[in-house]
Amino acid sequence: MSLVSSIRNLAIAAGLALSLSACGINSVPAAEENAKAKWADVEAQFQRRSNLIPNLAEVAQGAAENERAILTEVTEARARATSINVTADDLGDGAKMQEFAAAQGQISQGIGRLLASFEAYPQITSTQGFITLQSQLEGTENRIAVAIRDYNEAVRQYNTTIRTFPDTIGANIIHGAEPLEPYTAVTEGAEVAPELDLTSN
Amino acid sequence: MLRSILTFAAAFAALLASPLSAQDFPELSGRVVDAANIIDEAAEAELTQKLEALETQSQRQLVIATVPDLQGYDISDYGYQLGRAWGIGDAERNDGALLIVAPNERKVRIEVGYGLEGYLTDALSSLIIQNAILPQARAGDLQAGIVAGTDAIITQLQLPEDQARLIAAEAGEKREGKRGIPFGFFLAVAFVFFFFILPMIRRGRRRRYRGKGRDFGDTVGDIILWEVGSAIVRGALSGGDDWGGGGGGFGGGFGGGFSGGGGSFGGGGASGGW
Repeated sequence: MSLVSSIRNLAIAAGLALSLSACGINSVPAAEENAKAKWADVEAQFQRRSNLIPNLAEVAQGAAENERAILTEVTEARARATSINVTADDLGDGAKMQEFAAAQGQISQGIGRLLASFEAYPQITSTQGFITLQSQLEGTENRIAVAIRDYNEAVRQYNTTIRTFPDTIGANIIHGAEPLEPYTAVTEGAEVAPELDLTSN
Repeated sequence: MLRSILTFAAAFAALLASPLSAQDFPELSGRVVDAANIIDEAAEAELTQKLEALETQSQRQLVIATVPDLQGYDISDYGYQLGRAWGIGDAERNDGALLIVAPNERKVRIEVGYGLEGYLTDALSSLIIQNAILPQARAGDLQAGIVAGTDAIITQLQLPEDQARLIAAEAGEKREGKRGIPFGFFLAVAFVFFFFILPMIRRGRRRRYRGKGRDFGDTVGDIILWEVGSAIVRGALSGGDDWGGGGGGFGGGFGGGFSGGGGSFGGGGASGGW
């Protein structure tokens, strides 16, 4: 008799525990940690690119004034970008994220322009050093794109988790969860089609 | 009534369903997936053999894929998603690589898994593409380019003799260890015993003296015990997997039984076009 009743009690306890764990106690922090880890990946890739920039200076030595001007822009953009730090706790701060994205976008633009203008110098582009650096920069841009996409997906999952039933119960009552911001790449003037200067100089 | 319940269930299922991936990828039919049909059979067999030898030696998976259509995606975009979809490489080490050729878009890419990014760097991948693959492709002999590129990648991914022997020995140990009952299983049994069976017996005894009556504290205690117990069991069981090794990736020797081990990709590698 007592065995039967304790088994019944155990079943009730199991049911209660299951319904408790189904309302977001575990899934909300898990989704949040996942998003934070994905953000760390994004930061690591941006850092990797930042580390490659000094190598650009070496390549640019044989180039003309124009390239050195762009290089200065890139280095300045890099300095600005390093001063903006988005830690895992700032991921819900939309303004800060946008500032960060804008700074990183400037670097992307500068590097792109610099690499394009190097094309005019066969003596630079044919060197092993340039090919290596170019592939490293391309690879890094590519990794940044992948990391950002993974981060945005993790944020989407987290934001969905905290807003949908039943996880939203635990998210609101226990964790007080706030939605996170996805990373939106902002490139200044991206909405304006570039004007091509076809006059020879 | 029944119909409305069904409709509701269908709507609910639709809500739960995860979005389908945008691309459809060719099936992972072997180590050489020649979906664009540009490699002849003799060369395909030879390549398969080389790739198999590479995996036996280093446990690293390299797969050659030719795709007829990138479906409008950039090849680097397509590449890492193909690698993830196929799960090339071991799930723990992420040591897979792909050589992707899109003859119609005239693009080629070496896609490198997370774990191999230090060995097959972007720069090296780029050099292999520039020096081994593209000249042949430009000359019109794409197959020769693929073979030369594969050889170059294999040379880079092969391990030095001593390391290869070490890894082979470890893999052997893992397979040996798999036969015994995993340690995690004992842990699970022990915790079920201590947290469920023992308390049950003890409570049964105690109740004889106290008579009936079950207070709220007992139920809460049960919940906590259940949570603790199940967490430990979960941990022990998933820990048990570690002893079993990474799974997939050893199936290559049996012809056609090739599969990825669940490795992931993060966009490492290089692309080129001709």
